[in-house]
Amino acid sequence: MSRNESSPASFESAEFETATVAVESAGGLWSDVWRRFKRNPIALTGFYVVSILAFMALFADFLANDIPYYSVYKGKSYFPIFRSYVVGVKLGRWPAELLNVDFKKLEGAKSIFPPIPYRPSSISLLEPLEPPSAKHWFGTDKLGRDIMAGMIHGSRISLSIGFVAVGIAVVIGIILGAIAGYFGAWVDLVISRVFEIMLSIPTFFLLITVAALLPPSIFLTMAIIGMTSWVGIARFTRNEFLRIRNLDYVTSAIALGVTDRKVMFKHILPNALAPVIVSVVLGIAGAILVESALSFLGIGVPAELVTWGSILHEASGATFAWWLAVFPGAAIFLTVLAYYLVGEGLREVLDPRLRGLR
Amino acid sequence: MVPTFVGITLIGFLIMRLAPGDPAELRAAGGLGAAAGGGISVEKRGAVDEAMAQWRAQFGLDKSLHVQYAVWMKNLLTLSFGESFKDNQSVWGKIAERLPVTVRLNSWSILVVYLVAIPLGIYSATHPNSFADQVSTLTAFILFAVPLVWAATMALVFICGGDFYYLFPPGGLESLDFSDDWSVWKKIKDHAWHLFLPVVLLSYDGFAGLSRYMRASMLEVLRQDYVQVARAKGLAERVVVYKHVLRNSLIPQVTILASILPGLIGGSIIIETIFSIPGLGQLGYESVLARDYPTVMALFTVSAVLTLIGILVSDILLSVVDPRIVFGRRLQ
Repeated sequence: MSRNESSPASFESAEFETATVAVESAGGLWSDVWRRFKRNPIALTGFYVVSILAFMALFADFLANDIPYYSVYKGKSYFPIFRSYVVGVKLGRWPAELLNVDFKKLEGAKSIFPPIPYRPSSISLLEPLEPPSAKHWFGTDKLGRDIMAGMIHGSRISLSIGFVAVGIAVVIGIILGAIAGYFGAWVDLVISRVFEIMLSIPTFFLLITVAALLPPSIFLTMAIIGMTSWVGIARFTRNEFLRIRNLDYVTSAIALGVTDRKVMFKHILPNALAPVIVSVVLGIAGAILVESALSFLGIGVPAELVTWGSILHEASGATFAWWLAVFPGAAIFLTVLAYYLVGEGLREVLDPRLRGLR
Repeated sequence: MVPTFVGITLIGFLIMRLAPGDPAELRAAGGLGAAAGGGISVEKRGAVDEAMAQWRAQFGLDKSLHVQYAVWMKNLLTLSFGESFKDNQSVWGKIAERLPVTVRLNSWSILVVYLVAIPLGIYSATHPNSFADQVSTLTAFILFAVPLVWAATMALVFICGGDFYYLFPPGGLESLDFSDDWSVWKKIKDHAWHLFLPVVLLSYDGFAGLSRYMRASMLEVLRQDYVQVARAKGLAERVVVYKHVLRNSLIPQVTILASILPGLIGGSIIIETIFSIPGLGQLGYESVLARDYPTVMALFTVSAVLTLIGILVSDILLSVVDPRIVFGRRLQ
């Protein structure tokens, strides 16, 4: 962030900015951003919600699983969840007596189970569409699968959308925006035309078309979401590049014979990132909303995969089962809200001039 | 506008034709049904291949890509979208049947968006940081984050029959016993009852956003010197706000009309599918699942045209609200 861009809040903070710029360390700016971000309790709450979500996604197997953490069987002790990871990466095997057993029915075994002793795929046809109870906190679906387990594991999808879809959007958006803004003239004209097309295209329709035509895969779907949602980022990047390109330090870099690529990505990009980051965070929220709509429509997501949107979809077929509608929807809502809060908080910290843009 | 249109159709066309999955194959599999499951004999397979080739020729799928696109474009100029793969009906007929429904749904939504957002934005801007302003800011922020599919499902579960309340119908456009003998008033009431939820669901996101824009742009105008001059010369606050400020702060809102249209089309797909409303969105969803290329392509084109019309209308409105904007001659 250059000096003339920093907030004109108070004299001290202006001094502080100068100091960090003088140190020239990237960490300096970001630790300053974090310090100011922390002061906003609402944005911080959003950040904590996202962190909890990330924790849930990371440790989903330990929170909801039908195999125990620790089990004593026939005098030997096992750590089945860890073992399942070891088996998963093909480093080990299940002991013969534990291969394909149901730990809950294992006789003479003493086991410690996770708080939600189910897996999203554990079908129990004897208890379909059970309302919430002590046994199934959030109830079950029509196959008797535990909703809580489905939601905990579904958080992985929510989180990975952030990385995959928005990651792709960021790469496309920054590269196209940088090229348009840096070279200007006819290059800008052509690329801006592409932006225009992407903006007036019925994106959601394009999305369901592509997702329905390709084989159902959650990562493909995320990639498609990314490929249709880069325009906002690209336009922000272009506008920033157009502005920064004419600053003296860029002119001098060009005069010194620095290559175009180096000027674009080493000299201009770091200064153009601030407003882009806000749109990236808001983009994550948008991608989660789109994914929930897609899996609600049952497009692009494999039928056996439990996502928040697919649980919601079941509710539209069984309208008495309110728990199928309330919990997963609330989860999407809270996640999106949390990302919005973080985005708003970052917007205030990074660029006070940006208002009312989404 | 024309290059944009060609670009949009080209993207749609390429995606549909380059995607894996052969519609002829799909059709053959659908027609054979269970027979294919049991494994079919070599002679039968030959017959199927022949039928598929014939069918491909009928729909021009055996030609190269650019020829197919040219043929499609040529047909478009005569307003013909070809025949549906699904039932050999004219695509244009299908669309003409459903277009009014979607246009009605979306026009009401746009109307609601502006009717709610503009007054709300004006109030918030003229009473900044008041309790009502803070409440509406918070509400808008929260509404933004509410997923459409959730809002729709919750409505379906809690207030459309089900085990809870029956305030609104769970779907359709008119009651089952709807008859032409009904009085006009009764017909209107029935339609309104059916349209209410879909319109509210389609528009909440829009008015949440637009009211924020309105507030921001109004606050910006209120800060300008000419407003201070107007106040200084003793004009009533009402005159200042509604005569001098409002018009200038409407300018950005008009351009937003163009950008909310693609969102509405996406929303229509979800809402029409959930509430089984026989509009373009539902047709689109069904055609996509059935790989009915001509219909999907036609819908893609129609929604692109609708969006472009939206942009055009907002451009025209722009020069109405702001006479300084003149098209055809570049200032600068």
